[in-house]
Amino acid sequence: MYTVGIDIGSITTKAAALQHGKLVGTNLVFTGYNSAAAGKRVFTELLQNIGINETADIKIVATGYGRSSLDFADKAVTEITCHAAGAYFLNDKIRFIIDIGGQDSKAILLDDRGKVKNFIMNDKCAAGTGRFLEVMARALEINLDDFGALSLLAQNPAQISSLCTVFAESEVISLISKGVARENIIAGIHESIGSRIAALAARAGLTTPLMVTGGVAKNVGLIQALEKALGLKAEVSEYAQLTGAIGAAVLAGNL
Amino acid sequence: MAEQDPEKEKRKIKSVKKMKDIMTNYYIEAKTAEQSGKKVAWITSGGPVEPLIAMDVIPVYPENHGAMIGASKMGIDLCQKAEAMGYSSDLCSYARSDISCATVNGGPIGGLPKPDMLICGNNICGTVLKWYEVQARYFNVPLFILDTPFCHTQFTKEARQYVHRQIEEYIIFLENACGKKMDHDRMKEVGRLSVQGQRLWQAVLDTAVNRPAPLSAFDAFFHLALIVTLRGTKQAVDYYEGLLAEMKQRVADGIGAVENEKYRLLWDNLPVWYRTKWLSDKFAAADACLVADTYTSAWCGTLKYIDENNFIESMAEAYSRIYLNIGIDEMARIVIQMIDKYSADGLVIHSNRSCKPYSFGQLDIQRIVREKRGVPSLMIEADMVDERFFSESQIATRIDAFMEVVKERKSCTP
Repeated sequence: MYTVGIDIGSITTKAAALQHGKLVGTNLVFTGYNSAAAGKRVFTELLQNIGINETADIKIVATGYGRSSLDFADKAVTEITCHAAGAYFLNDKIRFIIDIGGQDSKAILLDDRGKVKNFIMNDKCAAGTGRFLEVMARALEINLDDFGALSLLAQNPAQISSLCTVFAESEVISLISKGVARENIIAGIHESIGSRIAALAARAGLTTPLMVTGGVAKNVGLIQALEKALGLKAEVSEYAQLTGAIGAAVLAGNL
Repeated sequence: MAEQDPEKEKRKIKSVKKMKDIMTNYYIEAKTAEQSGKKVAWITSGGPVEPLIAMDVIPVYPENHGAMIGASKMGIDLCQKAEAMGYSSDLCSYARSDISCATVNGGPIGGLPKPDMLICGNNICGTVLKWYEVQARYFNVPLFILDTPFCHTQFTKEARQYVHRQIEEYIIFLENACGKKMDHDRMKEVGRLSVQGQRLWQAVLDTAVNRPAPLSAFDAFFHLALIVTLRGTKQAVDYYEGLLAEMKQRVADGIGAVENEKYRLLWDNLPVWYRTKWLSDKFAAADACLVADTYTSAWCGTLKYIDENNFIESMAEAYSRIYLNIGIDEMARIVIQMIDKYSADGLVIHSNRSCKPYSFGQLDIQRIVREKRGVPSLMIEADMVDERFFSESQIATRIDAFMEVVKERKSCTP
């Protein structure tokens, strides 16, 4: 039997398939404006990739902001529970997760069985999330994928103090006009996000071993800034962006 | 006529109609006070109302009015009007909506009746001082301020003297404003009725220790109105006697506020007035009942300090040691007592942008509860009246995730 998890986030939609408890396939598409269509597409493509047909015995759990929009899912579970299950699947030693997604960042404390003991999400503001980084990348005319490597070249990270995405963008624009090097601006952005998330983690009862999940975990510069703010090393899995979908697939196995 | 769902009908609290009638008549009487020759006093929610009742002054509560504005979803409009007048959007939404409402006679009842005097107790917050000064200037009426020292852990002899002296001044203030002496026998009777009303209100809330709870915090938010506005009257006593009898009957009949109560939660802070139904449905859909709250219980929380045979003397302590005027450790102790008393499986904290004294310290309370009881808690960021501070999908995700944690935890504990 296959179990599939579909994580419909605000920016990307992810899917993962497990067979007999082993990860056999993953897929990722952009969510766009129609989250249900993105969920369907990511699922269909995933099945094609692993060569199974839709009529096979498949249990599906949906998660993420669009979790209720998937009519073919057997159950909807929140991304908090799914990230916990996914991180525990990837490494059962993990006791704390920081998930930085498109419009949410979350700090999740796990118990010894990998169950959520406590969680805290960022407040209503999207500063310190993937969307914040996208806005900054646009202002700097840099591909977001290059952010991490560029920031590692910074000699003197700039100070970005505003918590508001819009105001932080204008802060960045004024730094550009002052001639501050891009890498220093990017490193400053990472430090501002890192310290914000460190405070969130402290509120949730930060402990180790710690894993960072979500699409933003691919950004090495941010991970470094976050580790500095936390004073701790973080584990980042190659499946960081897919952790929620993997966790959903794990939970589908309990249905 | 649409067919009524018998299951839903069974669950409805019958006293609701009576309460609506009483509150309608109360507001009609207040709004026609000029014709009846009675004086009207605006008073803060934690203010000493009993002397007003004893002096036949009609007490009117801008905060109760604020709750009505919020529940009628008229908060954004009135808050924006106040902002246009120059008040900051960081100011309490009760204050903003009351200040602007006074100038346009807006809101669900066309504004409050003009006050003859204002009574302000700063035991609930500091905002009320400036808010009531603004209104005193606007209406050009006398203002009495009862200054209650903050009681971190204790109530000192000096504090008692200080507040008691002000209670004496308060009575002189009322005698001057009303042009008559206070009838102290009547005051004693009002004091006894106030205590009786508070005991009954506590007894009503206590019925929620039963499984299923016959009423939820959402019901308490509604039935609270009389213990706030008409505390010290026979009417409030009679009403709560009826409500208590109804709750006892519901317990006997096994009728719960939530159809399939499996999880019991405690609510902290004021209600989100414009979303009570949404929140109530959201929790009920997860088989969760908010069985108690720190808010409605605040109107009977200082009973232990009141001497019903010496009401005026004991008022100083009772009005000083209310939930919002004590230290964080004391607040956490009360929260933990309630978790134990009502067998709560979780704590839902409303971080209320408007109410700073209520929301400040909630992170510490959350931590203390986690350390002492291991009970999961959720923080919802919103505002009691201003809908612009409520984001539905984010709050929905938090509630869903929290309920997953509560269920998981409960399934593991015998």
